[in-house]
Parts: sequence; structure tokens; C-alpha cells
Amino acid sequence: MESITSLLSIALGAVLINNFVLSQFLGICPFMGVSKKVETALGMGMAVIFVMGVASAVNWPINEFILKRFGLDGFLQTVTFILVIASLVQFVEMFLQKAMPSLYEALGVYLPLITTNCAVLGVVLQNAQKGYTFPEALTYGITGGVGFLIAIVLFASVRERMEFAKCPKSFEGFPIALVAASLISLAFMGFSGLKVW
Amino acid sequence: MSTTILAPIVLTVLGIIFGIILAIASKVFAVEKDPREEAIGEILPGANCGGCGYPGCGGYANAVVKGIAPVNACAPGGAELAKNIGAIMGVEVEEGVKKVAQVMCTGGGKDKTRYDYVGLESCLAVSRVSSGPLQCAYGCLGGGDCVDACVFDAIHIINGVAEVDLDKCVACGACVTACPRNIIQIIPRNSKKYTELRCSSHDKGPITRKACDNGCIGCKLCVKACPKEGAIEVDNFLAKINYDICIGCGMCSRACPRQLITVDGKVLPPKPKKDAPKKDAAAPAATGGEKKEAAPAAPTAEPAKETPAPETAKTEEKAPEAAPAAEAPAAEENKAE
Repeated sequence: MESITSLLSIALGAVLINNFVLSQFLGICPFMGVSKKVETALGMGMAVIFVMGVASAVNWPINEFILKRFGLDGFLQTVTFILVIASLVQFVEMFLQKAMPSLYEALGVYLPLITTNCAVLGVVLQNAQKGYTFPEALTYGITGGVGFLIAIVLFASVRERMEFAKCPKSFEGFPIALVAASLISLAFMGFSGLKVW
Repeated sequence: MSTTILAPIVLTVLGIIFGIILAIASKVFAVEKDPREEAIGEILPGANCGGCGYPGCGGYANAVVKGIAPVNACAPGGAELAKNIGAIMGVEVEEGVKKVAQVMCTGGGKDKTRYDYVGLESCLAVSRVSSGPLQCAYGCLGGGDCVDACVFDAIHIINGVAEVDLDKCVACGACVTACPRNIIQIIPRNSKKYTELRCSSHDKGPITRKACDNGCIGCKLCVKACPKEGAIEVDNFLAKINYDICIGCGMCSRACPRQLITVDGKVLPPKPKKDAPKKDAAAPAATGGEKKEAAPAAPTAEPAKETPAPETAKTEEKAPEAAPAAEAPAAEENKAE
């Protein structure tokens, strides 16, 4: 029972309180780049959930059984995780192309894009730093992705509306989008006081 | 000490393991691409013009292999490419009619302006200034938006009017979308007796007459002259050729008082005499060439009214002199020049 509540609190924290994009400012590049349409934002969000979940699951044993065993977990984590994530995304891409072509086409270009997504690297590094157990790490990874999905879909909806809004010439395009992102982020600050159990 | 050695070793080993896994995976999960798709992709022009209706040449190759797209949908490649794709796909290709884009304006009214336009040299910009300086609301503005849109270098501004190079044109339709006046059309081009009526003006006769040297005034003489029912029809003061029915006899060209209709780029002279009109009508325009030589006696006839490009040059010369294009003196003068 204890573990379930801890998992729940991790999940709530990852989705709302410590949202990867809006509170920790990780993964801003795809957040800004792929948020012009809700549809593509949704695709990107799904892909991130998938990759963050798998990356957490794969990196946890590598950190636990290889790096910690050789006493390298202090400084070699970042490099190793980058290596692991890059190969992992490649592998997943190949696998999907063969096994689930429809999903592969749905994810499209977003899958390779995620290779360079720092939210993915962030989640595995935090898993290691916080010393999560395997189920905790997995939960943190998946719900972190859910948080990303919520953030990017909300932001894409705002940007779609913004296309039709009047705005000063010098603010058109990315400047106003950045302002909007900061306002959404401000709104998410409201969750920071939320406490679970 | 041990960590400095261990770190690179661990990383190298991990890297090698992942490398091997990926190498195996690329073999195991290899997706066979249809070799035909690659072969077709190689022979396609690669212009990605989208004329076939698919997103770029790759999309078209994919659609052909899947059997969705016809093998002869690539306009830039033409009949030869269709044959090659057909050979790859193992399909016989029937020869399609070559299509070309045509600017539906000869520029007869390009000197008849309402105001002087000074500004951005773009049709879109020009057309926004109280719908352009031309008196004719359907005339080519000569700003060159179509020239910029063409990736095949097949359309140029000649004497202030866009002219399609019919040999280079592949009917991809880029200029059609680029033209803010909507006066470029894709029309089938028969190799012989290619009849054209290059005007878009729906204005009433008198207005067109004032605004243009040779614009269609909707007089319907061509309709009356046409031996085939429905091959040329006047709708809303503009004659239009129906290429499904037109046999290229050139009777409309002979009848047109505005000398607007051309056959193979030339305006045919009016019927010489009342004597043998029946014969003329019956004999398809195969005799057109001979008759041209026989005709010069007729006062209004200009024996060789040459190809579209110089024709506009001529109208330009003619423009300052007199509005009715067919006037004998004007024609004579031109000839003298």
C-alpha cells in the first residue's frame, strides 16, 4: 500500500507539480517547435510518453547494475545515458517500422526528434539522482511524458487561437509564443503548493 | 586510478554492445522496400512540382507502386517517362494528349491603362491597386508571378505579357495557381491544328472593344462558322473552345472579326469569296496552308501572322494607331514596316 501511494505522489508530481516543461524547463525545443497544431502536438506528446517510459526502464538497470557496481555513477551517467537513449531510439524506430508500421507512420519524424530531447535525458538522470526503485522510475518516466503531453497540447491550443489574435508586429511568431509559454508556466506555478499525503 | 581506466572501458563496452544490437536489429527488422519504387524514384524528374497530385516525386513513386496512381500522371516527364514507368511496372501505356498551360490573354490591351502604376513588380501587388492599371479586368498584368512560379523555365514575360513556351511547358499547373488574375489555364494541345482562343474577358462587347485590340466581344460569329456543334461556345461574352469536340478546322479563326483565334499560332485569313464556302467548310483545315497562299488578295488578310511571340510585338506596334485591329491600312502599314 505504501508503494502505491508513493507511486501516486510521484505521478502527480511529474504531471502537475514538477511538470517537465513548465516547471523544470526541460524539452523546450520540441515544445516550441512542434506546437503549431494540436494534432502534431498530440503525436509528439505520445511519442515522448513512449520514449520516456522505455528510456527509464532501460536506463535503470544500466545505472544500477553497471555504473554503480564499478563506482562510476557519479560522473559517467550523463554520457552513458545519452548513448543509451540514442541507440534505444534507433532500435525502437527500426522495431516499429517492422512490427507496427501504422504506429511508425503516426509517430513519423517525432521519434528521431526525441533523441535530442533533454526531457528524456532529464528523466533518467533524475531517476538516478533520486534513487528511485524500478517501478518508481518507470512511473516517473511515463507520467513525466504525460506531463509533457498535457503541456504541449495546452500550448498548441493556445497558439492556434493566437494565430487569429491581433498582436504587435514585432511580437508576431515566436516572441508572442514565448510570452504565452511563460504565462502557461506561471499558471502551473499554482500547482507547486499541492501536496499529496 | 582504477576509475580512470574503468570509465572508458565500461563506456566502450556499452558502445560496442549497443552497436552490435543495432547492427543485428537492422538486419532482423529490415523492411523490404519495393525495388520498383526506388527505380521509379530515380527516373522521375525530381522537380517535386506536385502536378500529379501527390506530395513530391517520392509520394508519386510510392502511389504508383501501390497501384493508386496512374503511370502517366507525371506531366514534367511526359510520354517518354510514362513509358519508362510503365516498363518498370509492367503496364502498357496509351499515349495521352499533351497538355500545356496557356495564358488566356494576348496582351491586346496592355497599353490601355487607367493609371500609371509605380511600385512592386508583382502581379499580386499590382492587382491589389484597384484591380490593376489595365482597362481590361481580365488582362495579363505582366508582373511575372507565373515566371517565378515556373520551375521549368517555360513561361516568360515577352513585351509585357506572359507567354508560355509550349515546348518546355509540362502543365504542372504552378503558374495557374500563381496567377492572381486566374487567366492561365491548362488546355490540351493537339500536335496539329492547335486552335487557341486567348482571351478571358467576360466584359460586354463595347467595353472589351475599348479596352483591348483583339479581346473577345462575344459576337458569336465563330459559333456560327463552326461546323461542329458545341466545339466553340459563347458564354457570358466570351467564346470558349471545347477541345473534346474541336477538330481544328480553323473556321472560327477565319470568322473572328477580332483576329483572336489562332490555329497553330497563326490567324487564318477570312474566307476569300462567297464561291466555295461549302467546300471550305467541308474540307477540314488540311487545306489551310494552301489557302493562306491563295488569300493575300483579300484586303484584310495578313498572310503570315506568325507565331504568338512576334504577334504581340505586332499588336504593340499597332496599338497606338487604331483600335479596330483588322483595318486594312493599318495592316498594310505594318507590312511595309
